[in-house]
Amino acid sequence: MIISIASGKGGTGKTTVAVNLALSLENVQLIDCDVEEPNDHIFLNPDIENSENVYVEYPVIDKEKCDLCGQCASFCMYNAIAVTKNDIMVFPELCHSCGGCKLVCPRDAIDYKRRSIGKIESGKSGDIEFYRGILNLGEARTTPVIKELKKKIDKNRDVILDAPPGAGCAVIETIESSDFCILVTEPTPFGLYDLKIAVDVVRRLKKPFGVIINKDGVGDKKVEVFCSRENIPILLRIPFDKRIADLYSKGVPFVLEMGEWKERFRTMVDEIKERLA
Amino acid sequence: MKQITVISGKGGTGKTSLTAALSTIIRNKVIADCDVDAPDLHLLLNPKIKKTMVFHGLKLAERDVEKCIRCMKCYENCRFDAINDELDIDEDKCEGCGVCSYVCPVDAISMVDRDTGFIYTSETRFGPFVYGILKTAEEASGKLVSMVRESAIALARDKNMDMIIIDGPPGTGCPVIASLSGVDIALIVTEPTKSGIHDMERVLKVVEHFRVKPLVCINKYDLNIENSLKIEEFCKRNKIEVVGKIPFDERFTTALINGKSIVEYDAECEATRKIFDMWSRIKGRLE
Repeated sequence: MIISIASGKGGTGKTTVAVNLALSLENVQLIDCDVEEPNDHIFLNPDIENSENVYVEYPVIDKEKCDLCGQCASFCMYNAIAVTKNDIMVFPELCHSCGGCKLVCPRDAIDYKRRSIGKIESGKSGDIEFYRGILNLGEARTTPVIKELKKKIDKNRDVILDAPPGAGCAVIETIESSDFCILVTEPTPFGLYDLKIAVDVVRRLKKPFGVIINKDGVGDKKVEVFCSRENIPILLRIPFDKRIADLYSKGVPFVLEMGEWKERFRTMVDEIKERLA
Repeated sequence: MKQITVISGKGGTGKTSLTAALSTIIRNKVIADCDVDAPDLHLLLNPKIKKTMVFHGLKLAERDVEKCIRCMKCYENCRFDAINDELDIDEDKCEGCGVCSYVCPVDAISMVDRDTGFIYTSETRFGPFVYGILKTAEEASGKLVSMVRESAIALARDKNMDMIIIDGPPGTGCPVIASLSGVDIALIVTEPTKSGIHDMERVLKVVEHFRVKPLVCINKYDLNIENSLKIEEFCKRNKIEVVGKIPFDERFTTALINGKSIVEYDAECEATRKIFDMWSRIKGRLE
């Protein structure tokens, strides 16, 4: 089963859930898809065995052939090519690699080169098979890295995908390939508002899902009320607990010190599997 | 006009609560929420909307089934896997490039506008406020961030305001870059956790890449003093000023539940005092 862990709001505990869940299961793959700020490795200290670059294509202009007609620039929806009276410029970081400029060029003056926008690292932490994507700093587009990461999914095992925050295409790219989505929230007005956004995303993708309330006890009861009104199952409540917060701050997954939680995570996964059966 | 963007790399460090607190203190400014994926500041500011603008981000391919001769050229040329072999267009995957429309020999595909989000100009008890909301599952959030900022600048000029305070998005990608370009100061809110430190270091590199002056605020600094010291040492080594150390205080959450900023909720508490101190330091760096 492939489980994605998401949340509209950042900092609600996606990483905490992903890492502790992975440590509670056996023979599991953990794939950190939050490529702008991947954090799972901080808690797992994996031995990184492999690192591969993620490439995207961008246009290179043959200035001998180019007659500055400007058709490529006017076709490009992303403003990645600018043509002036005497010159043509390409802005690779704006390019979405759609291939359109080459198609429209009447003089066959455009070819593509590839450049690296990030990398994928993999390794082992105990018996967890670990992957993470890292977007190079200054790069804007995350989806090519997530697409490469998804190729690592082994459907014969339990797989945990740690999604980025928000509700944009990076999140959809991650949730889309899972069988079940866990939304992590916190019981505050910000948590509730962003949970509603995340619920819209999973419903739109028609994914079965449930909610984990993290830092349970800090705020109010409105998340619970919302979930019961919307018939959304609450899978688990992780209390707001100084000990858990302290372990988190040190980069220690709390199931390692509070072993009883492993069983709770396992039971949760069994219940999800029953729900899907 | 001066512009400050509050960012953090990691989500949940307290960006929005601190932006709200600073908005209570700073006079003569426009407030902008650029976390368009998950905008929260309006929940605290209770805005009265004056103007709504529809934001069209990327276009969307639309196929006319009557005209289509099923030649499969669109399917073969789409680089985003947005057209399947049944020739259905997946609007979540379409990036609006227009290649399918270009290669179609019978003009069966047109590129249409999609309502990607909204930009609201509003009035609040803390002053004028601009915020953007991206519709669920829409893209082009970087573009929406830029438009929210343009509206905020226009509004500030119009109302003779001398400052814009921007609540930024988490991460390091497109929307973060859009919320940083051309601002005077990036206030990086971090927390004394390993993740907080890691993400602060990453986002700092982005800030430096775009040549913005960074200042650091350690929120909830007393949750792990040892890690807070590490952040201070790191900042010292890299010649970055730590302008604020705000204690952990459950009143931040209580204030939020009551729809207030911490400064409004408890004008006397230590957190509020530290936020005032922080603002006077930031002000010094703006001059």
